[in-house]
Amino acid sequence: MKDYIIFLAQSHPQFRKAELESLADLYNIKADFSQHNKEHPFLVVQLENDEEAYNLIDRAILSRGIYELWGHGVTIDELHENVQKNMGKYIDKYIEDTTFKFENLTFQGGKKSREEQIKMYERFAYLAFKGKIKMKNPDEVFTILENYSLGKDLFPLEHPNHLWFGRQINISARSRGVVEKYDIKKRPYFGTTSFDAELSLLTGNIGQVKKNELIYDPFVGTGSFLVTAAEFGGITIGSDIEFLTLKGKGPKRRLKDNFDYYKKPLQFTDVLCMDFTNNAFRNNLKFGSIICDPPYGVREGVKVCGTTDDKLGRENIVIDGELAYLRRDYIQPKKTYSLDLLLDDLLEFSSERLDIGSRLCFWMPVANDEDIPTLIPQHKDFELIYELVQDFHKWSRRLLVYVKRGEGFNGVTVKSDDREGTNNFRDRYFHKFSEKSKVVK
Amino acid sequence: MKFITSNFVRCAVKSCDGTEGSFPLNFQDCKLQLEEQEFNEEFIISMLERLDWSALVKVASQLGNNAIPPQKPSLDDINEVLLKDLHSLLLETQIIEGKMICDNCQHVYYIKDGIASFLLPPHLAK
Ligand SMILES: C[S@@+](CC[C@H](N)C(=O)[O-])C[C@H]1O[C@@H](n2cnc3c(N)ncnc32)[C@H](O)[C@@H]1O
Ligand SMILES: [Zn+2]
Repeated sequence: MKDYIIFLAQSHPQFRKAELESLADLYNIKADFSQHNKEHPFLVVQLENDEEAYNLIDRAILSRGIYELWGHGVTIDELHENVQKNMGKYIDKYIEDTTFKFENLTFQGGKKSREEQIKMYERFAYLAFKGKIKMKNPDEVFTILENYSLGKDLFPLEHPNHLWFGRQINISARSRGVVEKYDIKKRPYFGTTSFDAELSLLTGNIGQVKKNELIYDPFVGTGSFLVTAAEFGGITIGSDIEFLTLKGKGPKRRLKDNFDYYKKPLQFTDVLCMDFTNNAFRNNLKFGSIICDPPYGVREGVKVCGTTDDKLGRENIVIDGELAYLRRDYIQPKKTYSLDLLLDDLLEFSSERLDIGSRLCFWMPVANDEDIPTLIPQHKDFELIYELVQDFHKWSRRLLVYVKRGEGFNGVTVKSDDREGTNNFRDRYFHKFSEKSKVVK
Repeated sequence: MKFITSNFVRCAVKSCDGTEGSFPLNFQDCKLQLEEQEFNEEFIISMLERLDWSALVKVASQLGNNAIPPQKPSLDDINEVLLKDLHSLLLETQIIEGKMICDNCQHVYYIKDGIASFLLPPHLAK
């Protein structure tokens, strides 16, 4: 085992550990992330070898890079002492023709002048690398990582409070620009429901999207989860009850065009118009992961096919000698349904269509209401492994992550009857607004 | 709708679940379009294991393609010509308009503007 240091992104720190654990599990890497601290973007982990380190970080969204750790200290002098003590273990390989460069990355540090940087790098002269320095694509990058605290004025203090020195093993998908690449506004097709690029990429990692596996989003909308799943090699398929959403905004502005735009046309299988609760996928079609954000009902309620009145005989209406409901232009009526029931359906469906060990991942809104306990749906075949909260001003949402377990698991069941009344997001969301406006008056 | 999707869908009516006529659906009056895609051997091979072969043969023939071997070829004796044919059939063939009929309940689903719709009328929705 060797020590590696991960430089994490200081973004959604509450999701970082779950992402690392999910990626470790995906690549069969045993690692302990218990030292992770949300306040702090540096994490030392022990791994078997560089290949593990490379894989762990390669597609990460909330990490920046991983480095073989040569030494650390709370002052620059202590760092050098420590590196000199350890260097014997690492250095042999780098004496000869290896080209290299140094770099300096900080958390909350100010910008150093070129002279300050060079001075910093020259103090490592004792490493006595014989290879040439090369700024573009060197064989090795050596990195000095620094953590700064901020003073009362919110400017960084003069000296860092911790420094690490290491050899770069890999930088993450994030550092290679994947979050900007999938920026919603850059896509040929997006809409009001499009899901934030960073978090939809993250969902793909926590949902363990795997290369050449079939990834299903049952509430696909504008397809945010599918385009980002394609980035990780997933073969994607989606469905939605709204035909117009699937049709897109015109030629070259359909969901399919997003896949062409990202040069992944094969990763797009299809989108189908269907009511999830009357699903048309054959029973023995298995999915590698199911990822989605179900309809919340803030703007539009949850809808399913059907009518609330039970007027008989509608199915006998004939137009131009044809049964109306069999005509191409027939419009299937829709009725309101509850989010709770829909989530029960989602868990039941997923339990039938996921293989053991595969994941169901979805976002569920919850109002920030402390008096009412919020029950999370559960199914006996699933282990709920994460319940990650993202807080907004008036509400929050959770990323719920379930793993399908095998025979004999017999997990907890929490169905809509148990949750009755506690999850009515639409009511509680609007209720909050009206209370607020009362206060203003 | 890509041709390959025809291999994944059955009638959405709950009482048709498991009946022979509900999968594959019977494709009628279809308008096809070929959209070129780059050939990727690894991709098409990974797709093969997901296919229900007899359904593939059946729907291909409904659409006028009778060239698919009746038995699923094993990975050892699959050749590039067949893989390319499958690539063209499964991934490049788009159904732009058409009907999909359930031979069990006779319900008719439509493909409109390239998108297959499985929405049900009230008396067939659960
Ligand atoms: C929150 S949006 C998902 C947005 C999507 N993630 C995106 O990137 O645009 C929920 C979607 O569920 C769809 N929906 C609502 N009820 C449905 C049902 N019964 N079956 C399938 N889709 C449904 C809505 O039309 C809507 O597009
Ligand atoms: Zn049927």
